[in-house]
Amino acid sequence: MRFLTDRKRAAGLGSAKSGTEHHWHMMVSSVALVGLVPLFVFTFGQALGMTYAEASLYYARPFPAIVAILTLLVGFIHFKGGVQVLIEDYVHGFARRALIIGSILLSYTAAAIAVFAIVRIAL
Amino acid sequence: MVQLTLPKNSRMTTGKTWPKPEGATNLRKVQIYRWNPDDGKNPSLDTYFVDMDTCGPMVLDALIKIKSEIDPTLTFRRSCREGICGSCAMNIDGINTLACIYGLEEISGDIKIYPLPHMPVVKDLIPDLTHFYAQHASVMPWLETKTNRPAKEWKQSISDRKKLDGLYECVMCACCSTSCPSYWWNGDRYLGPAALLHAYRWIIDSRDEATGERLDDLEDPFKLYRCHTIMNCAKTCPKGLNPASAIAHIKKMMVERAV
Repeated sequence: MRFLTDRKRAAGLGSAKSGTEHHWHMMVSSVALVGLVPLFVFTFGQALGMTYAEASLYYARPFPAIVAILTLLVGFIHFKGGVQVLIEDYVHGFARRALIIGSILLSYTAAAIAVFAIVRIAL
Repeated sequence: MVQLTLPKNSRMTTGKTWPKPEGATNLRKVQIYRWNPDDGKNPSLDTYFVDMDTCGPMVLDALIKIKSEIDPTLTFRRSCREGICGSCAMNIDGINTLACIYGLEEISGDIKIYPLPHMPVVKDLIPDLTHFYAQHASVMPWLETKTNRPAKEWKQSISDRKKLDGLYECVMCACCSTSCPSYWWNGDRYLGPAALLHAYRWIIDSRDEATGERLDDLEDPFKLYRCHTIMNCAKTCPKGLNPASAIAHIKKMMVERAV
């Protein structure tokens, strides 16, 4: 038993003085994705059904390659922020921090693989 | 990890079915959550039959009738009977609302009444709102000023006063906070819609001089940013208020002062 007052329990450790930056970054990446996702779908749709050689040539052009790189990069950064919020919502204690570290590593790894793959196809 | 199932000692059991009143023809079945901390039993759902010909129009009328005529041990809070005090907040027909202003005719079929969700229960329909009230107190729900007190009163323009409409009417019934999944999972740290609505009521008050400090105190991934605009709060508020909008305005002010 701990003899904490109700007010002390409510105050907890006080304000972390952060959160707005995360909120702002999520808004910015959301706005970016609103423009990027339709462009990605349009350009990727063009490449669907092409042979490997044709797709390589298509992605050697700057517009489809840059759109794909930006969409996947911004997408995985947005994913990182979103998954962090999701983990914070549902997981508590040490597991929360461990999963957040894992999700950040996964997001950056996936983003790096995506960029490498597109660059390899394009060049 | 969040608790997705009830602990063993909170699982519902079938309760007592009370006898139908004699001679009554217009009966309605009312099922009510019962839990007594003193008997060591699990909560149960008791069934009552209320004679609608001699019952008032509101759910609270039915509860008072049951307590007066059928089962005096039934425990619930009530006071004003007109939606001003917020005491009789409970989950009726799946909606958090005030029993005194929720009509029996609005419910089709059997009437099911539970205490406000995801709160510790004191007894029957009474939730423990201690933490909820402490969170409300933590947002300093009063006028904070640094300027010397004026000779008469703190003046406010009509347009500034209008900004408090839709905020000051909150009766702290806790219907909104207890309907919010974010509050269910992280209620120890997330302030919840009611406390944040009150926080915004003072942030937006033109007379208050602690706006920055108030925003500082709220800038936290859990205190404020657990709100994901689920909107259960606005949907369930028995006073028709919109706490989600107040929270969105706080977030907007946070961005305004940072970017």
